Amino acid sequence: MSRLDTTVARPDRTAPRPRSRHTTRIPLALLLPASLGLLFLVLPLAGLLARTPWTSLPQRLTEPGVLTALRLSLQTATLATLLCLVLGVPLAWLLARIEFPGRRIVRALVTVPLVLPPVVGGVALLLVFGRRGLLGSWLDSVFGVTLPFTTTGVVLAEAFVAMPFLIIAVEGALRGADSRYEEAAATLGANRWTTFTHVTLPLVAPGVAAGAVLCWARALGEFGATITFAGNFPGRTQTMPIAVYLALETDLEAAIVLSLILLTVSVAILASLRDRWISAP
Amino acid sequence: MTTRRLRTAVAAVIALAVLGLAGCGGDGKSAGREPGSASSDVTGSVTVFAAASLTESFTQLGKDFEAANPGTKVTFSFAGSSALATQINQGAPADVFASAAPANMKAVIDAGYGDGTPTTFVRNQLVIAVPKGNPDRVGGLADLTKPEVKVALCAEQVPCGAAARKALDAAGVKLTPVTLEQDVRAALSKVKLGEVDAALVYRTDARTAAADVDGVEFPESAGAVNDYPIVVLKDSANKPAAQAFVEHVLSDPGRAVLTAAGFQAP
Repeated sequence: MSRLDTTVARPDRTAPRPRSRHTTRIPLALLLPASLGLLFLVLPLAGLLARTPWTSLPQRLTEPGVLTALRLSLQTATLATLLCLVLGVPLAWLLARIEFPGRRIVRALVTVPLVLPPVVGGVALLLVFGRRGLLGSWLDSVFGVTLPFTTTGVVLAEAFVAMPFLIIAVEGALRGADSRYEEAAATLGANRWTTFTHVTLPLVAPGVAAGAVLCWARALGEFGATITFAGNFPGRTQTMPIAVYLALETDLEAAIVLSLILLTVSVAILASLRDRWISAP
Repeated sequence: MTTRRLRTAVAAVIALAVLGLAGCGGDGKSAGREPGSASSDVTGSVTVFAAASLTESFTQLGKDFEAANPGTKVTFSFAGSSALATQINQGAPADVFASAAPANMKAVIDAGYGDGTPTTFVRNQLVIAVPKGNPDRVGGLADLTKPEVKVALCAEQVPCGAAARKALDAAGVKLTPVTLEQDVRAALSKVKLGEVDAALVYRTDARTAAADVDGVEFPESAGAVNDYPIVVLKDSANKPAAQAFVEHVLSDPGRAVLTAAGFQAP
């Protein structure tokens, strides 16, 4: 059904685009909520900037714990994103391209980490991968591997929370992609794997990149699941959001500075990526 | 033409936002500053901001207070003392603040939100929380340095972590925990889940988890006792009832509830 849909709907969908670009008047009914929305998102940031102790900023930046936490955050978020790409893209493909019984349920299950409070997600991870967990006890007894309180644990917690963002983005891109190219490849003798790597992936690359960016950003800001599953130890599991939370206990200004550093670095990275890789198709 | 239209629209948005904010501010103020009812009897609602470690005992005290003073309603907000102090200093509508550490109380008093001087109502002491039955046979702080014993401490930024640091220093014990938890209940739950073999928590916290956890007393904890201060807040909308609640906490029946939970009298 979806196949037929996309082939028929495709020309219609692209048609009205050029026309809309010529409209010059912005309807107030759209501009008003749009501006309010922007204000709502940006005002808290302005609040942070207003309270920033600019004079002590350079000194706080050079404190040893700060850079360690920042480096750990960037490393774990990147590793978590890679893990999500390896596991998430195939899962998104399965959900978008293969009809199988229970697909709807699987799709709903994929979004569970989105609705689960992250702290509960962390407890759930402990119950599975913890030292007494379903899989964790086996990992411990057979391989002597324990995941909680390790950097690997941080990556797992971040990937658990961030993967749905990637899957939803990639699945959306796959469903929007023109499947006639894949059919053409198939009629020319390409098997499913070749079609996937040579046709499908390049076709949905912008969607995958957008999903990866979302996933990375979510992983970078992850707090609840991480502190519950991986705990907090400087240099090993203390990521920036955890450092911010603990700084908040004693020193509001330190917390603001740490948040600003995290924000600046992530915005800079996202902005540069956006220009290079994620241009609107 | 277009830019002018855009400019008017933006101006309209800003005006609307400012109006909205002003409206909110006005409402908040009138609701918060309204004095309590004219009658001298203790009635109405009391909002108590209390440290997380007081959850069980204060819930009980609230019930007792409501029973003793018909027409009153006690509402609690339990959280970390520092989070509560921040909320109060940002204008949260609370009548009473009970802190697990003098430092957080000081933050509120220094900001001018306290009404009078805080009273220390209980003290709390650290114990070593171990899984039920104490499988690693932990008898004191020195046993925590064994390589096979995984230990969780509180982060030093929170009261239980500062107390743990003091106790460890007093004992001359150097140990590397696997994690520095964000609050005492998080450290305790790591023991309950079996992820660590021991954690330094308050005696009262260990007692709430008595089904899964044993508390091992150790002598150095005497040097790291935590005082719990309580105060009525200056912006309280119902000071008579707030004062009455504090008196109830300090009364003999109130003390009895707190002692049963493992707290010490000051």
